Amino acid sequence: MNFFSKLYYRLRKSWKAVQLYLVIAGPGLVVMIADNDAGGITTYAATGAKYGYNLIWFLLILIPVAYYVQEMTVRLGAVTKRGHAEAIFDGFGAFWGWFSLIDLMIVDWLTLVTEFIGMTSALQIFGVPPWLTVVGVISLMAMIVINGRYWTWEKIAMLFCALNLIYIPGAFMVHPSVSQIIGDGLIPNFPGGFNGQLFFFLMANIGTTIAPWMLFFQQSSVVDKGLQEKDIPWGKFDTLLGSTLTVIVAIFIVIVTGTVLKGVEIDSASQAAEHLMQTNHYVGTFMAIGLFDAGLLGAICISLASSWAFGEIFGWAHSLNQKIKEAPWFYASYFFTLITAGLIVLIPNAPLVLITLFVQVIAVTLLPAALVFLILLLNDKKHMGIYCNTLSQNLIGGFIVVAIVILSTLYGVSVMFPTLFA
Amino acid sequence: MANTFKNLALKIKAINQRYSEPHIEMSKGVKIALVALRIYLLFLVSLMVYKFILLLQ
Repeated sequence: MNFFSKLYYRLRKSWKAVQLYLVIAGPGLVVMIADNDAGGITTYAATGAKYGYNLIWFLLILIPVAYYVQEMTVRLGAVTKRGHAEAIFDGFGAFWGWFSLIDLMIVDWLTLVTEFIGMTSALQIFGVPPWLTVVGVISLMAMIVINGRYWTWEKIAMLFCALNLIYIPGAFMVHPSVSQIIGDGLIPNFPGGFNGQLFFFLMANIGTTIAPWMLFFQQSSVVDKGLQEKDIPWGKFDTLLGSTLTVIVAIFIVIVTGTVLKGVEIDSASQAAEHLMQTNHYVGTFMAIGLFDAGLLGAICISLASSWAFGEIFGWAHSLNQKIKEAPWFYASYFFTLITAGLIVLIPNAPLVLITLFVQVIAVTLLPAALVFLILLLNDKKHMGIYCNTLSQNLIGGFIVVAIVILSTLYGVSVMFPTLFA
Repeated sequence: MANTFKNLALKIKAINQRYSEPHIEMSKGVKIALVALRIYLLFLVSLMVYKFILLLQ
């Protein structure tokens, strides 16, 4: 009897913990899975097609990298109750504030264009014209935010996050060799030696894992959700779960293209989906659906990151818990960025490839600054108190930030001068 | 329309005043990090300008 009462007590305690997590879950999961946006899917698909399973070990390293960077935004948001843009303005003054805000606006808008490129190209595979995709996506996103509740928005976003897992059954359907995945993928190696092309791929994978909008989005999201200091451990767990899931999805994409398309030159994820359809119709379809979902999830988060940041600085009402009437400027900026980015994709002969490359270069100007500010703000004892970075957190965070700054800079430079590392 | 721009300009002025002074403790480490960031951004912008000139040629 004593055993059963103890078991019941433990089960009840565990269930309460799960319930508590489900209340707090959201910002970390959504931001990390949205990180696998249209550009990310293309990078992973191209990595698998080029190097097979050989770079899976490198993707695994990106779990702690993404986690350590993003968990800092959870602490900063929960303690200061301010978004990243406001924290930069307050901490470093107007010059660095405006620099970050304007840079964020440009990077977010350009990234939104790439999300629309991904979504339209994915649905074109099924015969849906681009204009219909753009109109449909904008209408869908309007319906998601218009109800005026953060909770509803977050749960719908999490549904789209679940759809991102579609690559996992896809990978099982192509019957990869498990022994080969373990042998080639889990032991660190540089296929074909460490050359310029491999370096470019490694940098591209890092570039898609940590993006500037993620820092701004998660911190604002933590504030809008109203997370308190006591919620920080769950917020960290949420981020860890999200960063693990995002890398797992990336690995399954690499497995799909590494199994079926090894040796095929892949320029875009939609091209990979079309190739896959020729060998396995369902896997190709999954790839196309996943690409659309990734673009949509990216668009949902990126458009909000800018609107939150502007709201914080201009003092507008800027919460998803407010109706359009209560926060008109917040929603106006949300729809303005969304509609203009969608329209760009519909312009005949628009320089879409140039825009895609330009995003990577502009992001390099914002990412190092945002990361350095993040570390400095986390060391501000006056505001952070006991949640200030410890020595070990500074060492790990500092090392990751320096590595990301160097690699993302080299990536941006290699996009501008493609022959530099050849 | 003119009123909207006027209000926007006033708002930006107010923001600049509100955040005229950095509120983070300006230790030696913070100062060094900010100077390094300025140098880094100058280097990047110079590279972009150079690339732009190359494209024009």
